[in-house]
Amino acid sequence: MMGVMPTALERTLIVMPAFNEEEAVGAVVREVFATAPGVACLVVDDGSLDATAREAEAAGATVLRLPINLGVGGAMRAGFKYAVASGYSNVIQVDSDGQHDPRGIEELVAQLGRYDLVLGARFAGVGDYAVRGPRRWAMQVLSGILSKITKTKLTDTTSGFRASGPRAVALFAQHYPSEYLGDTVESLVIAARSGLTVTQVPVAMRPRAGGVPSHNPYKAAVYLGRAGMALFVALIRPRITISEPPASTAAIPVVSG
Amino acid sequence: MSVASYILGIVAALIVLGVVIESLRRHHLRERHAIWWLAAGVIALIIGVFPNLLGALAGLFGVTVPTNLVFFLSIAVLFLVSIQHSGELTELESETRTLAEAVALQDLRIKQLETSLAEALETRRNP
Repeated sequence: MMGVMPTALERTLIVMPAFNEEEAVGAVVREVFATAPGVACLVVDDGSLDATAREAEAAGATVLRLPINLGVGGAMRAGFKYAVASGYSNVIQVDSDGQHDPRGIEELVAQLGRYDLVLGARFAGVGDYAVRGPRRWAMQVLSGILSKITKTKLTDTTSGFRASGPRAVALFAQHYPSEYLGDTVESLVIAARSGLTVTQVPVAMRPRAGGVPSHNPYKAAVYLGRAGMALFVALIRPRITISEPPASTAAIPVVSG
Repeated sequence: MSVASYILGIVAALIVLGVVIESLRRHHLRERHAIWWLAAGVIALIIGVFPNLLGALAGLFGVTVPTNLVFFLSIAVLFLVSIQHSGELTELESETRTLAEAVALQDLRIKQLETSLAEALETRRNP
């Protein structure tokens, strides 16, 4: 294809699950292209009822339109499948609401040389994103357990800002949970139990454009309960062994104009 | 037991069997879904025709009130059917998800092929 070896960024696909994000998605896509030159960007329109797909296309992203709403996990698995079919090595998940600062992309990609899965952690000292009270404690308990399972120190396991290397992409294209918290908690357990290496890097996070994080203790308890359930289910399921992707046969990229 | 309740038991079992078999005949039910209902209907019919069998069975299992055995068996059948339905619902959802992904990926591929085809035609027309 190309004479020169493509850079890590050129082998990377940004996947943005988007559900009714017409106001934010265009700006986020443009910002990604501006901060990470050479990267490809796929917006997975998760059955939106508004102009999300049109806005994303106008901003220059490739748009995968799901006919029905599958949730973040469902949209991500479709994105992983597209990455495998089009021959991308790495996938980075970025939220389409602008919560993730695209300046973190380069840092995540840099770590992919040594790890299979890199999480962008919100509480690791960079940026001014803060969650307090019971919800924070719930997240800390969860992070503690998941740190044990993945054998690495994780402080923010519910971050949706994460990068997957080739082994993780192959695994997640087949097995990416779509239940609530499955895309964050269960996917980490699946990765760790399949023998993938996990690490985190601190990233700056912006507060969500709409709504403030809840400090309600009841909601925090429900959140912890559901996370515990997701964790329990992930741990009792049989281990998945990664089947190595067939060399070069499936990877025929479709080049768009 | 009065004659009326004896007939009621048999008629109820026959209605269950009739509904299930008619649904099967009209492709309204598949065999694997009908099997539990058929089994329940047949057991109900046997017990309806030979009510003394129920007392004997209850005695065998040490159930004092024979009706309780009926309740226990009914709940067991309902439980198994529910589990089967939940399992198949999960399976259907996962199949729907895979289909939705496939549709979306093919849709995108068709659009990209159309774009590159239009471009190729354009360059051939104005080289």
